[in-house]
Formats: sequence, C-alpha cells, structure tokens
Amino acid sequence: MTKFTATDKKDTRSGFGAGLHELGKQNPNVVALCADLTGSLKMDAFKKDFPERFFQTGIAEANMIGLAAGMTIGGKIPFTGTFANFSTGRVYDQIRQSVAYSGKNVKICASHAGLTLGEDGATHQILEDVGMMKMLPDMTVIVPCDYAQTKAATIALGSHVGPAYLRFGRPVWPVFTEGRPFTIGKADVMIEGKDVTIFANGHMVWQAIEAEAKLAEKGISVELINLHTIKPLDVDAILNSVKKTGCAVTCEEHQINGGLGDSVAQVLSRFQPAPIEMVAVNDSFGESGKPTDLLKKYGLSPDNIVAAVEKVLKRKKG
Amino acid sequence: MAQPDFDKLKKLATQIRRDIVRMVHGCQSGHPGGSLGCTEYFVALYFHIMKHDPKFNMDGKGEDLFFVSNGHISPVWYSTLARAGYFDVKELATFRFLNSRLQGHPATHEKLPGIRIASGSLGQGLSVAAGAAQAKKLNGDDRFVFCLMGDGEQQEGQVWEAAMYAAHNKVDNLIATIDYNGQQIDGPVKDVLDLKDLKAKWIAFGWEVQEFNGNDLKEVINGLDHAKALAKKGKPVMNLMKTDMGSGVDFMMGSHKWHGVAPNDDELSRALAQLEASEDY
Ligand SMILES: Cc1ncc(C[n+]2csc(CCOP(=O)(O)OP(=O)(O)O)c2C)c(N)n1
Repeated sequence: MTKFTATDKKDTRSGFGAGLHELGKQNPNVVALCADLTGSLKMDAFKKDFPERFFQTGIAEANMIGLAAGMTIGGKIPFTGTFANFSTGRVYDQIRQSVAYSGKNVKICASHAGLTLGEDGATHQILEDVGMMKMLPDMTVIVPCDYAQTKAATIALGSHVGPAYLRFGRPVWPVFTEGRPFTIGKADVMIEGKDVTIFANGHMVWQAIEAEAKLAEKGISVELINLHTIKPLDVDAILNSVKKTGCAVTCEEHQINGGLGDSVAQVLSRFQPAPIEMVAVNDSFGESGKPTDLLKKYGLSPDNIVAAVEKVLKRKKG
Repeated sequence: MAQPDFDKLKKLATQIRRDIVRMVHGCQSGHPGGSLGCTEYFVALYFHIMKHDPKFNMDGKGEDLFFVSNGHISPVWYSTLARAGYFDVKELATFRFLNSRLQGHPATHEKLPGIRIASGSLGQGLSVAAGAAQAKKLNGDDRFVFCLMGDGEQQEGQVWEAAMYAAHNKVDNLIATIDYNGQQIDGPVKDVLDLKDLKAKWIAFGWEVQEFNGNDLKEVINGLDHAKALAKKGKPVMNLMKTDMGSGVDFMMGSHKWHGVAPNDDELSRALAQLEASEDY
C-alpha cells in the first residue's frame, strides 16, 4: 500500500489552466499569451473570462516571449503558454536576453514536457529544458508533481517577482497533494524515513511513491522529498535529510545531464559527500509510444527506482 | 514525361486516404486533417513529378528531394512512401507505437527510408530545403528540391528568414508549396493571426508565385509541372496550394477540428465508407 492515495486522476496542464483562471480573477495585472495551443495548454477558461487580457500570438514563440517581456514594462504579469520544447529551446536567446538578463517578470509556462507526452515523439519530448532554464541566472524553475500542485504553483507565481519557468505535462496522472502547502523554493518532505532519501519531482513523484511502498515491504525505510523547485534549490532540506539517511536517489523525467540529479549531486559533493544514484533519461532522445511504456523503456519506472535504491544502499554500506 | 494515368493515381489517393484514417485510428492520435488535404500533392510528387529512388540514399544525388516542414502530417507521407516502395505497407500499422520507425513526427533517428531530416517543430523545413538546394548546385546536380509547409506555419519568423535568403541567393532549384487550407489548431488562420495577402508577401520577398487547387489531381500535376518550368530562372518558386483540411471525408472537412484528432470506431467506419479501395495494409 502506498502512503499516499490518488484522490483523482487529472493532467497537470489542467492544474495550470485552473490556477491561471484563478489568478485572472485575483489580479487584473495578470495577462496570458499563447501560441496556437490554447486548448492543449488549458487556457480556454482564462481566455473566455478575460478576453482583453488574453493574447493569441499565432505560431510565433519567439515573438511571444518578446511581447511578454514588453508587457512587464507597465506592470503586467505575463504568463506565456506553449509546449515545453517551444517554450525553451525554440526561444532560448529571447528568454536569455529579453527576460532573464533584463530581469523581467515573465512566467514561462510549459506543457507536454518529457517522455509522457507520448505519441507525438522525440521532436516534442523535450528532456533538456530544466537544464537550459536552471542555467540562466535569476530564473526560478518549478516542476510540480500533480494537478493540485501545478495549480498551487501557478497561483504562487502570480505573487512571485522575477522570471520563472513552470514545467508540466500532458498525461492524466494521480492527484495526491490536494491540501498540502506549497511554497516556491521549499522542498516538501512527503514521507519520513532513515535509510535513503529519494528526491523526485514532476510525474516521477508518483513513481517514487509506488517505489517507496515496494521498498517498505523489503524493510527499507525511505525518506521521500518532493523537490518541486529546482531553482532556488532548498539546500538545507537536501543536507538535513542526507545527513540522516547517508545516501540519495534522484528521480526526474529529464536527461541525466542538467536536471534535478545534477543539482542535488552538486550540493552533496560540495557540502556533504554521500553516495547518489540517478533515475533519469540516460543521454538519449525519446520516441513515440504510450506514456507508461516509455517510462519503462527509458528506465523511469518504480522498479527502476527500487533498483537504484538497492544499488545506493550497497554503496553506502561500502 | 509520360502522361499521368489519372484513374490509377486517383485510386492511389483514395487508398492513401484510407491508410491515413486507419493509421490515426489505430494509435488514437496523430493528424488526419492536413494529411487528407495534402493527399493529391503527395501522390503527384511521388508518382509523377519527382525523380526518386525507393532504394533510399540520404544524399539523393541525381534525384529530386522532398522536405516536409509541417511534420505533423506524417500519416500521408508514411503511406505515400510505403505505397511508393520505400518500405513494406504492413509497417504502417506500427505508426506511433513503441519501437516503431514511424514516429509521430518524421525522424531520421530510426532510419526510416525516405526521411532526410526530422520535422515537427514548425518553421524549420524551408531553411533545410534551401540548404539542400544549394548543396545540389555545388555538386553540379540539376535536380529539384521540393518543400511543403503549412499556412499556420507561415507565422514562424524563420520561414521568412529562409524566404529572404533563398531569393537573395537565387536558389532557383527550390520549389516550395504551402498547404493553404486556412486552418490551424486554434481556429481559422485569419482569426488566429491573419496572413493577409500571402501571395503579395512572397512576391515581395522575391519569389515566383503561382496558385492552384491542391485537391484536384490534374491541377496539382499541371501546377507542379509548371513550377518546374518557372524554376531555374533566377528565383525560387512558391506554390500557394488551396486545399480543404480533411478532404475526402465529409465530416472532417470545413473546420480546424480535425487538425489533430483521431476518429473513434464509428467515425472510422463512416470515413472508410466514403473511401473505396482494396489494398489495405
Ligand atoms: C514551433 C512549433 N510550435 C507549435 C507547434 C504545435 N503545432 C503543431 S501543428 C500546429 C498548427 C499548424 O498549422 P498549419 O501549419 O496551418 O497546419 P494544418 O493545421 O493546416 O495541418 C501547431 C501550432 C509545433 N509543432 N511547432
């Protein structure tokens, strides 16, 4: 039995849509831009109720980022919406110069990230976005784990000041964080344990919850930390937990290079060296397929997490 | 060149339309609308216009090359390639399934014969086609390079970078076509972000521009033949090809709704009832 139960199953992008709609009601300065993917990004409710604050840019993502940067001059809080690939790689220099370097309060909201986008395949399955975005100075990077947390993160971004990247996805996924507090930059200790710390974010948090149940049956006590904010990183939470458990496993729907695992490893190796294993895509592109089949094929299933934990525990014992 | 056998080509177009709806139904995802609208164009290119070899070779020296920039219409391309002998038609059944060479969007990664560059992220194909056309010139190769784009895709800035470049550099062995169906994901192109006078824009960018109806096989073949005649005179050639999204399946026509939606079982049988052909994979 998992320690968390899924109260519902919903896509994280719908959490973004609901959060954005809520923000539209709360704050007249919130504006939204979309590049011909209004339905896919679940921005229809915002568009319907605040048509004068919704901007359809057409299939022109670079222009969208520039427009958003411009709208901050005059106090607007722009939320841009397109797929994660077209939110980052497609427009990296526009984000770097006009948003990050210029210190503009643009919220880059990105759906269909990672393998779980499914059948559209590798052209769309970006697995490098977190790395690109976290490398930009002053960029906040958030990867929420379910519908409820994506909604909470979206709403939190409404009052956060500065450039931010919010990454979410397409598939219907368990909802299990309803009612849990969410603070940007503050890791969420979901399960306390003593043998190993699992750090996960995005869809991988549910995979880790399932892995924890399997490990508990084997008598392994897991501490599970939802590291939804990759930047700024909750360094204290990482160090405090690993001080107790002595080893770590990171889980993310991203390349092994440049993501969450990288960030955690850097903190550990600098301040408190400990064995670490990483569950991530191992330097390859994705492909078309069903989300769960892809997670399995590319090594991101609960069983892969279990194996990584067993491996890191062996290393800990030395 | 031999006279086209229109009866045969029309039957082929119907078969390809059946393949498209069956493939998209099979995996319950993918893009039938643009695929159905461009069927005549693909048939014309692969079965009459282009000199090409199904024993695929990446460099394609001495062959005409074709690049699909609006990669989401992969179903029509895959079916055409299979029917032209690039690979077994049975492989069409693997479209968008795990471990398939028929990726959701065209890719070279799995080495599917016929594909020379990945596409799916819009706006990139014309640049690649222009580059390949220049490589042909450098190689003293007198064949053509064809490229297809969407009309919504015209909203991408890179298209216009390539447009300016190809005209400035007299890439006149390049014959591009726009699937001018007036639709994109969020609605009619004129409501999402109007292209206004697209013909005048391409003319202003220095291209030779002509228009034809993309759902009339005769017009497509005449149009593409004429494009070849217009080419190699100092300017790249643009075909504004009017099509109906979803062409050939009545309930998929006339709106953007079927851009990227798969038919259910009932819709599939209704679609197939309108498309008589006998060589299903
Ligand atoms: C750079 C980029 N942005 C967004 C998308 C998502 N997308 C896929 S198809 C499409 C609409 C394309 O419209 P059009 O070119 O008119 O093709 P049609 O709908 O007629 O098939 C969009 C926005 C994409 N594939 N690439």
